[in-house]
Amino acid sequence: MTIAPEMIKWEGTLEDLAHLVSPRALTGETVLLNMGPQHPSTHGVLRLLLELEGETIINTVPDIGYLHTGIEKNMEAKRYEQAITMTDRMDYLAPMSNNLVFCLAIEKLVELDVPERAQVIRVLMAELTRLNSHLVWLGTHAIDVGAMSMLLYCFREREQILELFEIVSGQRMMSTYIRPGGVWRDLPPAFMPALERFLDYFPARVDEYEALLTNNPLWIDRTQGIGIITPEDAIAMGLGGAILRASGVNFDVRKAVPYSGYETYDFNVPLGIHGDTYDRYLVRIQEMRESLKIIRQAADRLKKLKGPFRSDNRKFVPPPRSELGRSMEAVIHHFKLWTEGFKAPKGEVHVMIESPRGVIACYLSGDGSNKPHRVHFRTPSFINIQAIPMVARGHLIGDMVAIIGTMDPVLGDCDR
Amino acid sequence: MQPKRDPVTSLREAFPDAIQEVVEFRGETTVYVTPAALPEVARFLRDGDGLLFNFLVSVVGVDYLPEQPRFAVAYHLYSLLYGHQLRLKVRLNEDEAVPSVTPIWPTANWQEREVYDMFGIPFTGHPDLRRILMPVDWDGHPQRKDYPLGYETVQFSFNFDEIERNKPYAKG
Amino acid sequence: MGLTSLPNKTGLPGVVTTTLEEMVNWARTGAMWPLGFGLACCAIEMMSTQASTYDLSRFGMELMRPSPRQADMIIVAGRVTRKMAPVVRRLYDQMPEPKWVLAMGDCASCGGIFNNYATVQGVDEILPVDVYVAGCPPRPEQLIHGILTLHEKVRNEPLSKWFGEPAQSIRVE
Repeated sequence: MTIAPEMIKWEGTLEDLAHLVSPRALTGETVLLNMGPQHPSTHGVLRLLLELEGETIINTVPDIGYLHTGIEKNMEAKRYEQAITMTDRMDYLAPMSNNLVFCLAIEKLVELDVPERAQVIRVLMAELTRLNSHLVWLGTHAIDVGAMSMLLYCFREREQILELFEIVSGQRMMSTYIRPGGVWRDLPPAFMPALERFLDYFPARVDEYEALLTNNPLWIDRTQGIGIITPEDAIAMGLGGAILRASGVNFDVRKAVPYSGYETYDFNVPLGIHGDTYDRYLVRIQEMRESLKIIRQAADRLKKLKGPFRSDNRKFVPPPRSELGRSMEAVIHHFKLWTEGFKAPKGEVHVMIESPRGVIACYLSGDGSNKPHRVHFRTPSFINIQAIPMVARGHLIGDMVAIIGTMDPVLGDCDR
Repeated sequence: MQPKRDPVTSLREAFPDAIQEVVEFRGETTVYVTPAALPEVARFLRDGDGLLFNFLVSVVGVDYLPEQPRFAVAYHLYSLLYGHQLRLKVRLNEDEAVPSVTPIWPTANWQEREVYDMFGIPFTGHPDLRRILMPVDWDGHPQRKDYPLGYETVQFSFNFDEIERNKPYAKG
Repeated sequence: MGLTSLPNKTGLPGVVTTTLEEMVNWARTGAMWPLGFGLACCAIEMMSTQASTYDLSRFGMELMRPSPRQADMIIVAGRVTRKMAPVVRRLYDQMPEPKWVLAMGDCASCGGIFNNYATVQGVDEILPVDVYVAGCPPRPEQLIHGILTLHEKVRNEPLSKWFGEPAQSIRVE
């Protein structure tokens, strides 16, 4: 098939990339291989330009932006509470984490307090989101390196988590459940029994995954010693989450800069030793167990803890429906909030939390109006993909899929 | 381990001329520095005793359009050892450039490319300053305040044909 | 199903009389292979549809082909950006005829909530879409319904539709 020259222009020319590949690539001595954006194991629309010598990867040039949707710019045109719907669609495997970081930033900007019950619900949801995201990671990572059945097992359990999300918010994935000042609504009566069932069922399933993979010689061959990241490199590249901890750096935002009351929960931070793909697998599996611990504690607290599920500051949080019938003031607040929203003062805040794939940070700048002046998300996938060239250098091309899988990128998160 | 030091007082001692302003807001400290002094200040913050800001969380470009200087670049720093945070901020005019901090924090590489792509702020000394999110032949820098959002109106009966023309492949 | 002629009525499976058109269309819907191609959030729901709970292989669609050369249909699962649009179009051009397009989700159908500079306002700006599935993202049941709707459509297509000149490849502006 002949390629029209204007098609090539869309992807850049070799001269643009000459400083990123070795000079031998320009003479044709080494092979330049294009991988993506449509490739079954690139976890979305990631495009990698690989320079190969035989089968060994010498250089990798990632090309992102195929999913750049203009979310940050679009959020500037929306009111604060409208903009939350946009955050769901960034990291679509961890929508609640994105909701949480944006709501924490709003609350910090407008100085809004969150009642304790809402905090516990938020922690519960954030940890369920972590399980949800890690299950997709495990399924796709395993299918990439050849363990086909893992996807079916992981998605079986994931459906149950999505059912829980559906009970609380009515949506499976894009829940927009966490709102400024609390959560959208209180947990429905059906939620706690469903959660109990899930908590009884899930730990044995994690054991099942481990039984399938942890001592599996094929899995060990494909992952051990692949993609080693030293602690120094991990810190310099700004990596976070399981990738940083698998390299042995003890940094977890939930412990280091606690938010939403994480300091009151008892959980461990699993650490790796070698910083290779296998260690990252072990760390994430352990994280799933630790998340279960947190979920169990949160569920126990919720049984005792009665109270409001969102703040009663009427300037920022709409009044409950029951008040609308008898209080004129409530009607006014409701009307004001749904027609023009609340105003945030001039100033800038920066909040970081631990998302399933690393440190997600939100920079929010207000200008006194009801719309954000600037929203920026420091998203973990963006940083993780940046590290792929460093990690992949010297490996065989067959290991590239294992490296992409272990970095766990979500391209919506990366390109925003 | 050296005892933790307050970054603002250390900076004031070491760079009395480079610090333009220090702002406290919601418990966050913002230090405004001149663009020329940025690499030195950054290196000092990363390596200084009792500071050790080794984790660059994010690089953010901001466009304050009616105000002058128009642009700002904010660097959010975190110290893995001491656990303190700081925001460095550089203000610049439309045609000014910022020195790159990629040699100091390698993670800044793509984040600065993103700021360049979205705002058109050039970073001097950057190893690979290309567009990162938008296509290579894109015109303009989308996140500038004078760049339109590119809103397409909703299709109603009165503008049905106009929108339909953009969708030549839609099957009735 | 497709073969509604004599054997179903008489119960004698030995001889089948049907039209060529019905036969071909029945075969086309029986094992329609989609292109394994995900863009954004909807791709995760597309994976759910194929995974254990919803099990798309019940409808003869378990095989996601990684190569467009082997695919019969493309599920545009997610938002198409201006940077991605030429790639999507080229994938479509590489698919052999007959081929069908299913726009999954609001973004692929009309741009969804992303009404801005970066997003193509509906994939029908670049591809001829056969079935639109609404939802953000659509539930797996909705996707299955969309696929069954497409099967319905294919079963009623005249055979002559795919004769004649192949569709011209176009350049995306």
